[in-house]
Amino acid sequence: MALDKNQIAKRIAKELKNNTYVNLGIGIPTLVANYIPEGVNVEFQSENGVLGMGPFPFEGEEDPDMINAGKQTITTMPGAALFDSSTSFAMIRGNHVQLTVLGAMEVSENGDIANWKIPGKMVKGMGGAMDLVASAENIIVAMMHTNKEGKSKVLKKCTLPITGVNCVKKIVSNLAVMDVTSKGLVLLERAPGVSVETIQKYTEARLIINQDVPEIQI
Amino acid sequence: MINKKVKSIDEAIEGVKTGMTVMLGGFGLCGIPENCIRALSKTKIKNLICISNNAGVDDFGLGLLLQNKQIKKMISSYVGENKEFERQMLNGELEVDLIPQGTLAEKCRAGGAGIPAFFTPAGYATEIGKNKEVREFNGKPHILENSLISDFAFIKAWKGDTAGNLIYKGTARNFNPMMAMAGKITVAEVEEIYSVGELDPNQIHTPGIFVQRIFQGEKYEKRIEQKTTRKKI
Repeated sequence: MALDKNQIAKRIAKELKNNTYVNLGIGIPTLVANYIPEGVNVEFQSENGVLGMGPFPFEGEEDPDMINAGKQTITTMPGAALFDSSTSFAMIRGNHVQLTVLGAMEVSENGDIANWKIPGKMVKGMGGAMDLVASAENIIVAMMHTNKEGKSKVLKKCTLPITGVNCVKKIVSNLAVMDVTSKGLVLLERAPGVSVETIQKYTEARLIINQDVPEIQI
Repeated sequence: MINKKVKSIDEAIEGVKTGMTVMLGGFGLCGIPENCIRALSKTKIKNLICISNNAGVDDFGLGLLLQNKQIKKMISSYVGENKEFERQMLNGELEVDLIPQGTLAEKCRAGGAGIPAFFTPAGYATEIGKNKEVREFNGKPHILENSLISDFAFIKAWKGDTAGNLIYKGTARNFNPMMAMAGKITVAEVEEIYSVGELDPNQIHTPGIFVQRIFQGEKYEKRIEQKTTRKKI
């Protein structure tokens, strides 16, 4: 069975390291906050200007002056800090945020990512994604393995306008966990019951398969 | 202290002319200068070049100026929530310059701080980096970005005094402090206005030197774009 979006988030949550600052993108990445492993302390940064982001507010307690980068109403944790956009991106470009989790339209086997534009169809803008991928030391992509037409989003080379080059370190999709290495894309884990052959069938990029590939434990 | 309080909204936007470059603070609909946008939408001023992280929604925020076709060009990082925007852009009625969010913030900060350009890694090897000077620092390629200033900056704060000192609330701070610095004339609208001496100097986010005009706004709608809540257990 392929993973659902929550399970992808749950698998990524295992990558969270204790006492680190983490930026979660919009979509599946946001769900990662629901599965922080016990005993792991992380602080979430949202690029519109908050460190120490908390859960959504209770009904009736939402504050229009307190939102995340996805424009959703949020709360803050004890010890949170608020700041302007320039300070926020100083944290990001200055490498003070240890992990970034992003969605993507395409990722290439050398770690290029495309997630901001489909020429002629969708031009919404890159928001903070280009700054994030240009600087973060660890970038994990959370996405479905294929697009709506069933075509692989894990490619030899991105076809869409790219957001950043050689920056993605790990991909967690509904089918597999893959590491981007200097030799190429290494298949680390497979979704429960999904064979290596099936994953390769839906992956346009070349996969390096080193040993028995274990199932993803959720 | 220099008294910067203006008597009316008309006085606040006096001097804005067709074709000018204006900055508008806010992230999404959070921390936008609602009163100034409303006032501008009632004028005949056209062909504005607007620098703002987002472009509002169809019937609120910068969407009001878009509907009136008062904007010639938008300089933003993300413009996804506005159908009229998309229509005008695809029809070639509206020029759009998309800029990475951190670069946009730094362009305003640097512009206001007297730094004409800077190198950043964001956008290297992408469409954004085309025709821009590339230089390596510490083994990593960076692109040269020019900073921005504007004829007017319209910003929104929570509290302010008549000397123009400002305090923001929550995530409504966002682009407002940098745009305050980068406007030749910066107009600040606040929810609460105080006499000089009433605000604690330790708590000031934007020093009054960056603000030329200030007034207390009215009828703040503060629309929420994505209301998300959780249930009480």
